[in-house]
Amino acid sequence: METPLTQNIGPGKLPLNLQEYRAAGGYRAAHKALLEMESKDILQLLQDANLRGRGGAGFPTGMKWSFVPMYKDREERPKYLVINADEMEPGTFKDRLLMEGDPHQLIEGIIISAYTLQAEVAYIFIRGEYQRSADLLNQAITECKAQGLLGTNIMHSRFNLDIFVHTSAGRYICGEETALLNSLEGKRATPRAKPPFPQVSGLWGRPTVVNNVETICNVPHIVNKGAAWYKSLSLTEDAGTKIFGVSGRVRNPGAWELPMGTPVREIIENYAGGMQDGYKLRGFLPGGGSTNFLTQEHLDLHMDYTSIGKAGSRLGTGTMIILDDKTCPVGMVRNLEHFFAQESCGWCTPCRDGLPWVEHILTEFEHGRGEIEDMEVLTRHTHLLGPGNTFCAHAPGAMGPLESALRYFREDFEAHIHSKSCPWTGIRGSHK
Amino acid sequence: MEKITALSADEIAEITAEASHYEQPQAASIEALKIVQKYRGWVSDESVKAVAQLLNMSPAELDGVATFYNLIFRRPVGKHVIMLCDSVSCWIMGCEGVGAQLRNKLGIEFGETTADGQFTLLPVTCQGACDRAPVMLVDGELETHLDEDKITAILANQK
Amino acid sequence: MVSIEIDNHIYQVPEGSNLLQACLSLGLDLPYFCWHPSLGSVGACRQCAVIQYQDRHDEVAGDQRDEQGRLVMSCMTPVSEGMRISIDAQNARNFRADIIELLMTNHPHDCPVCEEGGECHLQDMTQMSGHTYRQYRGKKRTHRNQYLGPFINHEMNRCIACYRCVRYYQDYAGGHDLQAMAAHNHVYFGRHEDGVLENEFSGNLVEVCPTGVFTDRTLSQHYSRKWDLQAAPSICVHCAQGCNTSPGERYGELRRVVNRYNSAVNGYFLCDRGRFGYGFVNREDRVTQAERVAEKSRESVRESLSRSGIRDALIEAIGPGKRLLGIGSPRASIEANFALRELVGADHFSAGLNNQQLNLQQSIIEILRTRPVRAPELREIEQADAVLILGEDVINTSPRLALSLRQTAANLGSKIADQLRIPVWQDAAVREAMQSDKTPVFIATITATRIDDIALKTYRDKPAGIAQLGFAIACAIDATAPFPEQLSEDQQNLAQQIAAVLKSAKNPLIVSGIGCQSQAVIAAAANVATALANRNSGEELQPTNLFYCLPESNSIGLGLMTSDEEGGLEHVIERLESNQADTLIIVENDLYRRLPPDRVERIFSSDATVIVLDHIKNETTLKADLLLPAATFAETEGTLVSGSGRAQRAFAVYVPTADIRGSWEWLSDMLALRNNEEKPRWQQVDEVTQSCGKAIGVLKGIADAAPDADFRLAGMKIARQPHRYSGRTAMLAAVNVSEPKQSVDPDSALGFTMEGFPGEKPSALTPYYWSPGWNSNQAVGKFQEEVSGPLRGGDPGVRLLEASTEPVKRWFETTPDVARGQGEWLLLPSYHIFGSEELSALSEAIIERSPLPTVMLTPEDAKSLGVAQGDGLTLSVASQSLSLEVIISDDCPKGALLVPAGLAKTAGLPFPYQVKATREIGWTRRLEVNILVSDKGTQR
Ligand SMILES: Cc1cc2nc3c(=O)[nH]c(=O)nc-3n(C[C@H](O)[C@H](O)[C@H](O)COP(=O)(O)O)c2cc1C
Ligand code: SF4
Ligand code: FES
Repeated sequence: METPLTQNIGPGKLPLNLQEYRAAGGYRAAHKALLEMESKDILQLLQDANLRGRGGAGFPTGMKWSFVPMYKDREERPKYLVINADEMEPGTFKDRLLMEGDPHQLIEGIIISAYTLQAEVAYIFIRGEYQRSADLLNQAITECKAQGLLGTNIMHSRFNLDIFVHTSAGRYICGEETALLNSLEGKRATPRAKPPFPQVSGLWGRPTVVNNVETICNVPHIVNKGAAWYKSLSLTEDAGTKIFGVSGRVRNPGAWELPMGTPVREIIENYAGGMQDGYKLRGFLPGGGSTNFLTQEHLDLHMDYTSIGKAGSRLGTGTMIILDDKTCPVGMVRNLEHFFAQESCGWCTPCRDGLPWVEHILTEFEHGRGEIEDMEVLTRHTHLLGPGNTFCAHAPGAMGPLESALRYFREDFEAHIHSKSCPWTGIRGSHK
Repeated sequence: MEKITALSADEIAEITAEASHYEQPQAASIEALKIVQKYRGWVSDESVKAVAQLLNMSPAELDGVATFYNLIFRRPVGKHVIMLCDSVSCWIMGCEGVGAQLRNKLGIEFGETTADGQFTLLPVTCQGACDRAPVMLVDGELETHLDEDKITAILANQK
Repeated sequence: MVSIEIDNHIYQVPEGSNLLQACLSLGLDLPYFCWHPSLGSVGACRQCAVIQYQDRHDEVAGDQRDEQGRLVMSCMTPVSEGMRISIDAQNARNFRADIIELLMTNHPHDCPVCEEGGECHLQDMTQMSGHTYRQYRGKKRTHRNQYLGPFINHEMNRCIACYRCVRYYQDYAGGHDLQAMAAHNHVYFGRHEDGVLENEFSGNLVEVCPTGVFTDRTLSQHYSRKWDLQAAPSICVHCAQGCNTSPGERYGELRRVVNRYNSAVNGYFLCDRGRFGYGFVNREDRVTQAERVAEKSRESVRESLSRSGIRDALIEAIGPGKRLLGIGSPRASIEANFALRELVGADHFSAGLNNQQLNLQQSIIEILRTRPVRAPELREIEQADAVLILGEDVINTSPRLALSLRQTAANLGSKIADQLRIPVWQDAAVREAMQSDKTPVFIATITATRIDDIALKTYRDKPAGIAQLGFAIACAIDATAPFPEQLSEDQQNLAQQIAAVLKSAKNPLIVSGIGCQSQAVIAAAANVATALANRNSGEELQPTNLFYCLPESNSIGLGLMTSDEEGGLEHVIERLESNQADTLIIVENDLYRRLPPDRVERIFSSDATVIVLDHIKNETTLKADLLLPAATFAETEGTLVSGSGRAQRAFAVYVPTADIRGSWEWLSDMLALRNNEEKPRWQQVDEVTQSCGKAIGVLKGIADAAPDADFRLAGMKIARQPHRYSGRTAMLAAVNVSEPKQSVDPDSALGFTMEGFPGEKPSALTPYYWSPGWNSNQAVGKFQEEVSGPLRGGDPGVRLLEASTEPVKRWFETTPDVARGQGEWLLLPSYHIFGSEELSALSEAIIERSPLPTVMLTPEDAKSLGVAQGDGLTLSVASQSLSLEVIISDDCPKGALLVPAGLAKTAGLPFPYQVKATREIGWTRRLEVNILVSDKGTQR
């Protein structure tokens, strides 16, 4: 099994420095791209490879790039490439792995991508807490500059590129690509309306592409080995490998690079070691806190965009969170909705004022104060805050776990109401 | 321009360097606030005014940014800042119990600072270390697989 | 136009607009919050949702039709040919009801004590969206409020987070000290810390905020609901911009002023001087009774007069055979000035300005009447594609114009949006796309101005230098224009740059005015405009837009009825001193604001009897032998002509108390007395207006500014009191338990009653906007031809001046700078939006914001005078001497002393003037130097 993304990464292994990375075959792809390939060839290659965005939405990367206006004249409006390293989706810890494990891989990906897009400045937008990642990336950038891999006239290709690491200050919504752009401009991170898409008017109104860390890390390998190879890595239609992760009450929580389409059961049982003793799996969020619950009946699904989508959830970030039988599903949803309510940017009404209401009701449930009418209010919110109804995908994401929990764990909600207490914690209702 | 006295030369140098990375100096606002925070622990009204002037913003514009983000402290914090993850994986793995222990040992609630000014306890969202839950940050350093013994040891180390 | 289907009806709507705007323009009701007609769309509140279907109803067979549809935000959806939408569909209604319910989860139930109550857009939209019972059981979040200064109250708990306030304040008005703070449902709209909201247009927040977060603090001091305010269409009297207002009265007191929409003039917005400057009307020390000096030797002893006493006094003073002189006023209406002119005779009528002011004013009028230039309305100003401001600190002299110029600077956004195919109403996206690209604006002024941030280049100099720059620009555009001597290289380069930009513009705009008190500046602006009009020789002549800022509400109107010969006040003095008059009549004019005191004294020490008609107490009224109480704008009718030459009618809001009467009425009586006529010369103000229009050709149009007093709709007048004016029968119950008779108004088609024509009125006679379901000011949408278009039936007002279409090759010649005398300093004016204007400066809220009298000079000049910041400096200005506190600043030309114009202490100072200056010994410092935060933040 090939693991191109994590080939240089291992437990306890320090990240490779420039020399070591080169020795391991690094920067060959960049060399090839910048000196032997034209923009449009690389673009075509990515389209052929069917690389889809690893940030959660799964949008085809080649298609996204194709919306960027291409210039004949270098003097036209600047363009930007922005790497989304915000990784604040609850339960997600894959980009950290890539940045802490092999920073040069990301830098190489950026060089090729920026060259393809004719962007001469790239920003890595990284969440504030990932200080180690930021330090390692800065170190890698310094090494590259010294070796002529960044700066002006990279590898004598006449292509110039600066990469800057921009550390954020903690807000989940910064991961939403247009909010990210506002944040990068030093503004409040409220999302922007689309259209216009960032590819046309993004950072400071310039054409801008935003991609996830993992997405970009794939690029050098595709350039090196080609589209057919990339597709062959996968078990299903969606190409490549994917970093999958598992957290919760499993024996061996962690993240692994596996073929796209690896079955859920295999990931949980073979890699995460199965459930801890005394715990049973009741459900799981397949790709982070904003995806819909799936249950035992879905364990044989292939983990890829299409199959998980068909089952009514999303592949999301591919990092699963397991709900076990000793954890209150209502409490888990309350925890998630607390997160989403608190992380709402406050721009649009349904999200700003709806999520706190949802959280309030769920808290009441946990305290045995839920009422039967509340079920209707919760259901109403799952529609009200659905896709298209809010300004960005934050609130619809928040409704994923709620909507599916109401479907799969309805009896648990009702049990809270009828017993006026939480069956797991035993907290009884006392009216305030 | 008036001389900015509320900021040290080091702060000004670092902020100015950051600002040079962008088309507009304002883009360095968050990093500037973090630089001030690095030196002073938190961001006072005076600092907001000084940074604003440096970045060609008004204090209100900068404060709109400063108050938006979680990791910018607009109120004084203790010598050590403990941020316990309260998001879903850590919650499943028992962060509420860990939180109770912390509150107990420190004698403060979330959002408070100990009377001796040593510790501030804050909740924080998912740290991207869910496979090592429950986790917390102590002065920015990640502490994983928390349980009662580990917390006792960590607190003792910090004193 | 494209055709769209809304709830099974086909409509034609303009291409490129958004669905919300299209629906509102069609008169359909659709709720919204974050959208505002001048702020565009951002899609935040989600209140305006409708259902969009995939296919057109009539084109697809029943079973294949899309009946489910898709929810879209109408404000963010461009209309397109053939689209089918529904406002009425159940899923759309449900969604809107859910949204309003969410907005209300944190909104307090304080409508009974909220000042917005009764004209609250949130109330209206809650009704419209159908939310009645709350299901939310949680607590509401609460906020701490801030002190925001004398104009605005802050009650954040009422906030529904529509973001309109900050979008208006920052993006539209250019303010920097109001921001959205925090996140999620804690978002807070306020300042960085408590303090005065600094932007000069902060008052519009009161109208922009759809609920009661920002309310009018001056109104709260004598609060009344909208439905209890008697109102009339009026015109702002605090500069020559001619903004349309709707003042409201209750119990004989003016309670507030709000904007009255006029698409050509002020649109949706006023400046804070216009909104909060009304307090002078309510002052306790107002002139309410006729008084005369009891003993000629002791002026301070005064007695009030009865009706017959007045008559006797008047007969004595102005009876047949008495030789009269009259002094009119640019702050009095056309009718008041004309009546005076009729009384004293045109030859004995003075415009009430000093010679210098008169010359400046008259040359502006001459330029506007004879050159291929057009004095544009604000709406046209907002469309210019290049701007030169020559010598005028616009934000302080004609504030509302500055707000428009900000939009001019931003209008490049629509071009950029076009290129990127972003609809122009996509407000945030357009602003992002345009970044700092702006329509080129050049600002040449004596000192820094608060709109310098929109300028591509600024230039600071003394008036002579500014004029030179202007002459050089004109010459660079048209080489036949005179070239100024003594031009520096910098000036020359700048002139070349500005000329190139103006020349290539399609629709350039020149703004100037009398702020520099300089003939040369006015002439230079005219040369530039003339050169531009001539630039496309051979093609059809296209007049240049040229706007001159003038200080008073009727400067142009007065100018149009004055000829130079009659001279200024200096001429009156000569006549009085050569004993050519028995009686002098001064109408609404404080001469101490026009001339230094020693000059004015010469008027009062003459033998002539002085009659003064005015409403405020001032130095001049104190000196009157006979003082007659005149009505303010709020108590009488009158026509005012704005800087664009637009005649507009202001109507009385209420009946004044005691002996107060409009100046024209007093003068009409006086005419009868003088001519031994039985009845007053004019019974109605219309007669004065008409006589004036007949007598003075250029004023012919003024009678058409509004329908006359005989105008009726279905035989009815128009009510000044709203439909729900409450307690009318009980209002005076403490005095009289039976309902007093309603006052009649012979002077207009409006009545001081609740009774009147219920339907749509002519725009010039619409006192306020109100429509079923729309109690807030947003009701104005129901009165417009389309959103932000003209009012139905046309915007009020008549333009009196149109551009000459004759090419002109005459130039004003340049005049070299006057050499400065040894040890002399050039005294120059600085203007203050709050404080420099006479009437508003008497209003409490404005007084709080007025500056103290100071003198500004450069650091080098301060050094040579031996003064430091906070010291006192004594200026000898002609025979006068004056001590002021020193402010040191680089924003001041070298060799100049800058003094705030129009403050009590500085009002009569001549500008520009060569003065001597010495340091004052023993001066005690009074000022805290207070640089506005928002200036500090944006020093470029
Ligand atoms: C609320 C919200 C949070 C998001 N957070 C992240 C994130 O932390 N990292 C990320 O790569 N994408 C995140 N996304 C997705 C981005 O908007 C965007 O789709 C992605 O960065 C595009 O990159 P890709 O095409 O390479 O996946 C988030 C989206 C939403 C709506
Ligand atoms: S859904 Fe609305 S409030 Fe929520 S994060 Fe997106 S824009 Fe902000
Ligand atoms: S008016 Fe607010 S979303 Fe349309």
